[in-house]
Amino acid sequence: MTDYKMHLLICGGTGCKASESDEIKNRLNQLISDFGLADEVQVVLTGCFGFCEKGPIIKVLPDNTFYVQVTPNDVVEIMEEHIVKGRPVKRLLYTDPNSAEQISDSKGMDFYKKQIRIALKNCGFINPENIDEYIARDGYQALGKCLTELTPEEVIKEVKDSGLRGRGGGGFPTGLKWEITKNVENDQKYVVCNADEGDPGAFMDRSILEGDPHSVLEAMAICGYCIGADKGLVYIRAEYPLAIQRLKIAIKQAEEYGLIGDDILGTGFNFHIELRYGAGAFVCGEETALIHSMEGLRGEPTFKPPFPSVSGYMGKPTNVNNVETFANIPVILNKGAEWFSKIGTEKSKGTKVFALAGKINNVGLIEVPMGTTLREVIYDIGGGIKDGKEFKAVQTGGPSGGCLTKDSLDIPIDYDNLLASGSMMGSGGMIVMDESDCMVSIAKFYLDFTLEESCGKCTPCRVGNKRLYELLDKITQGKGEEQDIEKLKDLSVVIKDTALCGLGQTSPNPVLSTISNFEHEYKAHVHDGKCPAGQCKSLLRYDIVEDLCTGCTLCFRNCPVGAISGERRAPHFIDQTLCIKCGVCFEKCKFNAITLT
Amino acid sequence: MTKIKSLADLRKIKEEAQSRIKLRENSTNPDQVVQVKVGMATCGIASGAKEIMKYFVEELEQEAIDAVVTQTGCMGYCYAEPTVEVKLPGKEPLVFGHVNKEKVHEIIDKYIKRGELVDGIIPVSFKTIDD
Repeated sequence: MTDYKMHLLICGGTGCKASESDEIKNRLNQLISDFGLADEVQVVLTGCFGFCEKGPIIKVLPDNTFYVQVTPNDVVEIMEEHIVKGRPVKRLLYTDPNSAEQISDSKGMDFYKKQIRIALKNCGFINPENIDEYIARDGYQALGKCLTELTPEEVIKEVKDSGLRGRGGGGFPTGLKWEITKNVENDQKYVVCNADEGDPGAFMDRSILEGDPHSVLEAMAICGYCIGADKGLVYIRAEYPLAIQRLKIAIKQAEEYGLIGDDILGTGFNFHIELRYGAGAFVCGEETALIHSMEGLRGEPTFKPPFPSVSGYMGKPTNVNNVETFANIPVILNKGAEWFSKIGTEKSKGTKVFALAGKINNVGLIEVPMGTTLREVIYDIGGGIKDGKEFKAVQTGGPSGGCLTKDSLDIPIDYDNLLASGSMMGSGGMIVMDESDCMVSIAKFYLDFTLEESCGKCTPCRVGNKRLYELLDKITQGKGEEQDIEKLKDLSVVIKDTALCGLGQTSPNPVLSTISNFEHEYKAHVHDGKCPAGQCKSLLRYDIVEDLCTGCTLCFRNCPVGAISGERRAPHFIDQTLCIKCGVCFEKCKFNAITLT
Repeated sequence: MTKIKSLADLRKIKEEAQSRIKLRENSTNPDQVVQVKVGMATCGIASGAKEIMKYFVEELEQEAIDAVVTQTGCMGYCYAEPTVEVKLPGKEPLVFGHVNKEKVHEIIDKYIKRGELVDGIIPVSFKTIDD
């Protein structure tokens, strides 16, 4: 057995590779064998450390020394000083920006505090299909404590004190919602878990249900105890089969242990949980539509008030909370409201899970304290933009939200700041866009989504959104007219003011938000017939530069529609009437003889 | 399963479950138990985690390595699926990304058998509430 005494972990993420981490690795390996230490020191390429701003990064084990911004020229010094003599190279250590102190051991770095996992604490840690593993991690302790030691009022106070707000996007204080539902007198009440996650690009609820279903069940039972309900319903979309399967297993196991059912822990408290499936309609994430769908009616929203807390499922008081909100509850009750309220900003407590998607290197799930900036999320944790491209915007809040630009990168993320900067928290999907994304097309994409999802009940949404879509389509086709941008704005405002429900009222948000941040792109489409991002195919034009074309016939042979003609060893030409702008010739040409305008 | 009748019962079950896991983790036995967790959320399964998990079980069995292979949820590294966490007794767990069949062999031959690290480790970038 080879017994390495020391490991050098080198970041092989995209960012660090771009700054020569491969070269560093090669040089280190060379030096190690030169020093005859090949049996004692091993160099390993790792995935992204998520600290790309300070890359390339080398971490030395077992002493956890963390070197930042290492260049190939530093390798000799690291070798001679650290590896041979055991003295860390101080100038390459990370300097804490606040204390100006150099930190050697990576565990002391602020960076590791960027992500704190509360809602995701068991995700990727326990086996979701084994209740014992959940119990071993304090599972059902909070429920036990509530049932035996606390009154419903005390539990509600704890949740209120924690400052937890609804994670589905609205941000309504959870404790207050529970209290309102508790105070309504009725013989039957319900707890509903909203697992109808519909924002394009959001998948945190699904991951929680797939990775830690018991946390949601436990929280629902606690909520039932507080508000006086003995029945819980999980409304989940049928397109989440794995989450459904794991939930079913979890409910069965909890029932077998008697942690859900009648007379839980001998306290006389009864709580049963059932699943209700949705067909995946976006609007059913809205609580009144969700309740109608559960009742077997059309999934259409109705006016509030009455709020579900007063008259919800089957006309009974119903407390609706989102999956992630519930997942926070057991932790809050185990660790205390005070502990929880220390995390986050003044008005938004705790953490938020975000699903990173789009043009970002580390697509995945992250959980950060409220108040983390977009820059930290995108560059430090997300590993920056794919292929080293320029960041352009990030869409938060799904089709109801808006896009945030470079200017918003440094605002601390919380409910209120996002609203103030023209977007919203939403459920936590973050779709990152780079310079090659056309903002008119992005607005069109979201409109296409809301068009599909509109129920058609009210005219502004049914007809208005269709007209918005047509205008956007016209612009991306290069047929936009001068007044179209104004028309888009006016129509958007009318739809916002007159649509019946949240879906319609927010559907023009992506249009308004892209116009307000990227009006020049709209104008370029309309005035110059150009798509600055090069995404709108109708506006592109490929040409062959005669002087550079060698007549190799490569483009001619690859053109799928026969739009290119020309003799061997003589300049070729593109017939614009036949060209479908697929870009194959552009990619294939070895002489950069094809231009894209 | 017997019903849990009281909070005291629940605590007892918790302790039992914890000690079972501890025993697994801190085994001082030279034929130590290796723990392998495969991320089996939608993202992982879509990238082939089911086959990888099956392959791990088969290969470990063939090599006669005493190991527990379990599934877990999404670790958050959806860009690097399938992801696999390997915990050798007495050591910090390590997560490997983009695991294919070749990588399984590399992990078993180098890391599990000989304690050598292999390329493709995903560094932990978060704190849990227990830290």
